[in-house]
Amino acid sequence: MKIAVCVKQVPDTWAEKKLQASDSTLDRESAEGVLNELDEYAVEECLRIAEASGGEVVVVSMGPERAGETIRKALSMGADAGIHVVDDALHGSDAIATSAALAKALEGRGFDLIVFGSESTDARMSVVPAMVAERLGLPQVTFAQKVEVDGSSVRIERQMDYGYDTVEASLPAVVSVVEKINEPRYPSFKGIMAAKKKPVETLSIADLGLEPSAVGLGAAWSVVDEFAARPPKAAGTVVTDDGQGGVRIADYLSEQKFI
Amino acid sequence: MSEILVLVEHADGAVKKVTLELLTLARSLGTPAAVWLGSGASADALATLGEYGAEKVYVADSADLDDYLVAPKAEVLARVVADSGAGAVLIPSTAEGKEVAGRVAIKTGSGIITDAVGVAPDLTATQSVFGGSTVVKSKVATGTPIITVRTNSIAPEASAAAATRVDVSADVSDVAKSARVTGRTVAQKGGRPELSEAAIVVSGGRGVGGADGFGVVEALADTLGAAVGASRAATDAGWYPHQFQVGQTGKTVSPQLYIANGISGAIQHRAGMQTSKTIVVVNKDPEAPIFELADFGVVGDLFAVVPQLTDEISKRKA
Ligand SMILES: Cc1cc2nc3c(=O)[nH]c(=O)nc-3n(C[C@H](O)[C@H](O)[C@H](O)COP(=O)(O)OP(=O)(O)OC[C@H]3O[C@@H](n4cnc5c(N)ncnc54)[C@H](O)[C@@H]3O)c2cc1C
Ligand SMILES: Nc1ncnc2c1ncn2[C@@H]1O[C@H](COP(=O)(O)O)[C@@H](O)[C@H]1O
Repeated sequence: MKIAVCVKQVPDTWAEKKLQASDSTLDRESAEGVLNELDEYAVEECLRIAEASGGEVVVVSMGPERAGETIRKALSMGADAGIHVVDDALHGSDAIATSAALAKALEGRGFDLIVFGSESTDARMSVVPAMVAERLGLPQVTFAQKVEVDGSSVRIERQMDYGYDTVEASLPAVVSVVEKINEPRYPSFKGIMAAKKKPVETLSIADLGLEPSAVGLGAAWSVVDEFAARPPKAAGTVVTDDGQGGVRIADYLSEQKFI
Repeated sequence: MSEILVLVEHADGAVKKVTLELLTLARSLGTPAAVWLGSGASADALATLGEYGAEKVYVADSADLDDYLVAPKAEVLARVVADSGAGAVLIPSTAEGKEVAGRVAIKTGSGIITDAVGVAPDLTATQSVFGGSTVVKSKVATGTPIITVRTNSIAPEASAAAATRVDVSADVSDVAKSARVTGRTVAQKGGRPELSEAAIVVSGGRGVGGADGFGVVEALADTLGAAVGASRAATDAGWYPHQFQVGQTGKTVSPQLYIANGISGAIQHRAGMQTSKTIVVVNKDPEAPIFELADFGVVGDLFAVVPQLTDEISKRKA
């Protein structure tokens, strides 16, 4: 079983995220970059599948130079090798271009499973897995709360509003996982040491056979016209319960015409 | 005026409220045309779409659209986009809606904007990003704008139109039929409104203390006709079913009123409720970050405050 796991480096969840005035792209320098939390579940699931059925896990990430740290993090959890798509021309890529670059990097390497997190905490689009499946013409089994693979097929429980759907496809397939699927492991000291020696291949867009004009900010199919910090919310009223807290809320809800 | 396609969200043959919101929005952008994918497009359902302004309803009726995941829907919708020469496509910002949108964008060579909370007549979309801290206006520069819109962003208003049924081919390629839905497991569902659509959401967190504690949250919700939500701490502990989780990895809700009980307001929780119009908080810790969002907050024990509130509402309603 050859498994790819796509991970993204994102600004630390707790850091204040800002767009840059110069080109309306996310300021990735000012905050610490971390492995997208939701991708940790994807890495964990791949490791479990590889441990159960034998196989190799390759971490794939597109991002600036420092995204290499994120690949190392996944390697220290136990993945075997990395592919880093890095090129200045990629700056400002939208989901369309990101999915194009990832699809090229994944294509032709004989992956049986290509696994994603369900959402990046910065872009929050939840579209890249479906887009990659579309580009590669592979079955998509996404938002999995449970994944079962045998030699030739995959079956998932797809998280739904009302419960879940069972979905089946043959391999190779594209999978995305939700956070309740597992509990990601922490890298061990041994894992961190071992990760330093694991191979990471770097690919430029020329290596992928993409034109610089096809990716990056200039090629984005949607553009930010303007952005602004939301005007700070007027401070609300906070009272301490003096035995009448519930009545006070009812008064407020009446004033606001909710009751 | 060009057609503005609205992908109909439906379940068991009934049109979901978000569709009516999108039709209302579509009327300000062009001529609304609904697209119904899958079985169940009854005369009643079409009449509802007409009531909210759908001039046409494209119907692709085939079990393939229900039995295989996402790809067939995208294939048919992309064909309708191409054949109709539509000016834009509006899709509900649900997990599946976004996946369909992403694939249609690639198939039609179009840009995509997700999670819009508004769309101006020139098709500039407004998004609220980074947990609501930044408002972004953006526009699709290539192809047919594919825009997914959050539930509860627009108040639905009726305006009658013809709702002429136009049957379209539901044929899909074999590649699109590669992920088969083989089972459906429905977790029990109460009589409350659906979380992502509800006008009022009452939610509980770790402060509720256990599964039993959710009784006070549910009682308040029921007097208000509200949906019940929960923080991840509460769903992870098994106190409340997972599908009611609000936040980054749960539902994004944007109701008129959100009442948070015993929830601290972690960034991942805020990401799912920050755009609620009015926020009321009950928490015994005055330092809890959720108070930063509160329009009205009470520092106190929820087991005292919430039942009192429920009683008071019942009294005032009687
Ligand atoms: C990848 C990832 C994804 C996540 N996704 C989500 C998500 O989608 N949704 C989500 O909610 N969280 C999510 N989280 C978890 C999030 O970080 C918090 O841990 C969680 O929201 C905390 O829930 P809580 O506020 O209920 O609990 P706590 O933070 O423990 O807060 C409980 C609050 O209850 C108050 N309280 C206690 N007793 C009482 C009482 N008797 N009366 C009144 N107040 C009382 C306390 O003062 C405290 O403020 C995610 C985390 C990660 C890492
Ligand atoms: N630049 C990237 N490199 C690798 N994987 C990515 C990248 N961007 C997104 N992904 C993957 O796609 C998923 C969904 O991202 P998004 O559509 O941006 O919400 C993430 O959880 C990652 O698994």
